[in-house]
Amino acid sequence: MSEQVIEVPKQHQIALKKVLSPIHIWGLGVGIVLVGEYMGWNFSVAKGGALGSLIACWVIGLLYTCVAMIDSEVTSTVAAAGGQYTQAKHIIGPLMAFNVALYLVLAYTMLEAADATVFGDLLQEVAGNFGVANLDPKPFVFLCIIFLAWLNYRGVFVTLTFNFVITAFAFIAIILVFFGVSPWSPGVVLHHADLIHGLPYGWIGIIAAFQFGMWYYLGIEGTCQAAEECRSAARSIPLGTMSGMITLVIAASLTWYICSGLLPWEYLGQATTPLYDAARVTNSTWMQVIMFVATVFSNLASANGCINDASRAWFSLSRDRYMPPVFGAVHPHYRTPYRSILFLIPIAVSFAFTNLLDQIITFSILSGLLGYTFMSINMVRFRRLWPLGSIHRGYIHPFHPLPAVMLFLLCVTVYFATYLGYGGQLLSIMAFFIVASLWFSFHRYQYVKRGDQFTMPWPRPKGY
Amino acid sequence: MGFWQIFSDLSWAISGLMAAWMIYDTWHVQQQYDESFLMSSREGAEELTQKEAGK
Repeated sequence: MSEQVIEVPKQHQIALKKVLSPIHIWGLGVGIVLVGEYMGWNFSVAKGGALGSLIACWVIGLLYTCVAMIDSEVTSTVAAAGGQYTQAKHIIGPLMAFNVALYLVLAYTMLEAADATVFGDLLQEVAGNFGVANLDPKPFVFLCIIFLAWLNYRGVFVTLTFNFVITAFAFIAIILVFFGVSPWSPGVVLHHADLIHGLPYGWIGIIAAFQFGMWYYLGIEGTCQAAEECRSAARSIPLGTMSGMITLVIAASLTWYICSGLLPWEYLGQATTPLYDAARVTNSTWMQVIMFVATVFSNLASANGCINDASRAWFSLSRDRYMPPVFGAVHPHYRTPYRSILFLIPIAVSFAFTNLLDQIITFSILSGLLGYTFMSINMVRFRRLWPLGSIHRGYIHPFHPLPAVMLFLLCVTVYFATYLGYGGQLLSIMAFFIVASLWFSFHRYQYVKRGDQFTMPWPRPKGY
Repeated sequence: MGFWQIFSDLSWAISGLMAAWMIYDTWHVQQQYDESFLMSSREGAEELTQKEAGK
């Protein structure tokens, strides 16, 4: 078969498609995170009790509000795929950028694998309810990853429109169940007075709960990966991210209120699907059905958003030759980073098939946490090198440097919380990033076209 | 063969077809287009163009 190679003028460039609006950004950010309301957040209850979990929800909410504010300001200026990677490259330097991109790719790919694993487990549980015991979940895990990768391959607009719809359903489901449990009549359906017993492990329990409190919001920072595909990044990213953060604070508080009023904290702290279990306690069929569908949708939305974000981070790394440049290709028809999407499929599948869900989740949280720590340093440096007025900003966050300082202090506290429960994993992931940094500095960086990686038309930074 | 067994087999089959289609499409695009064009995307290209146009 002979194929004719399409001749393209040399100066002609291909680019990712600019089609996204604020609702897509909301769907991407909330979509990645909302699964944390359906499962995962409740492990904080095991650490600090129901009240400890609520305190963790709000304190960690403060951490993510700082993340959202900082991200919105920097991304409204650096409107490029890669998000925090691109920010780090321009503001701090190549080694930091390489590490940040690795955090992003690992965090999102592992989260995608965890979502797909849970999707398979949910179907296995349904099959069990129909009398089919020990059904192999692998085909469903595989289908979940491949279908969503296929969707991502074929275009960002349809991918994130799909994410918006299923995420909106999962969010509305929480609100419907909240009204379904009659919150205006305490003691009828909800029994907070009987089920909440102060702080079972004292203040140290609250600190320990911070690690799992991150599940309420983990991934909202992923909105800025879509910056290069927004019709107006300066408008869409701040609007989508901040409205997403407000949505998540509401969803997290409602989720806590529903679950802690229906389930004893000892059970809640180890439940796999707390919202679904809470719906089962009510004996309401419609609530059970809606919670099951919403749990599945939240899983799909999270995995879908993670594929989108991990592929953009990998694409940006490759485009700058931090990784083999072959992955920096854009599909001429769908205008997606199709080779990056394809490349990450076997990695996600192999993580998912290991079935080490808790390890995968811990590594995902730690990768995210390393990224947030960087963001606080990045913000201080950004304002110092390019003060207000020196470049156009789509959004300026208030009270600088308070959010950056608060973010840094909260990250340190969460490191301590993680060390209490997962010290080994924390040290091993640190060791991994040190080895990766050495490999990048002494081997990979020689292939990078140093002049080509800084393309933003910014003025010379102050002091240089 | 029960419903769940058929569902499992169908999941493998549909996944296989989608994966095969993506691999075929990737190969097809590579045959049709010049590699330098596929990799010509540049970060901030639009911002640069706007700046140049504004000069």
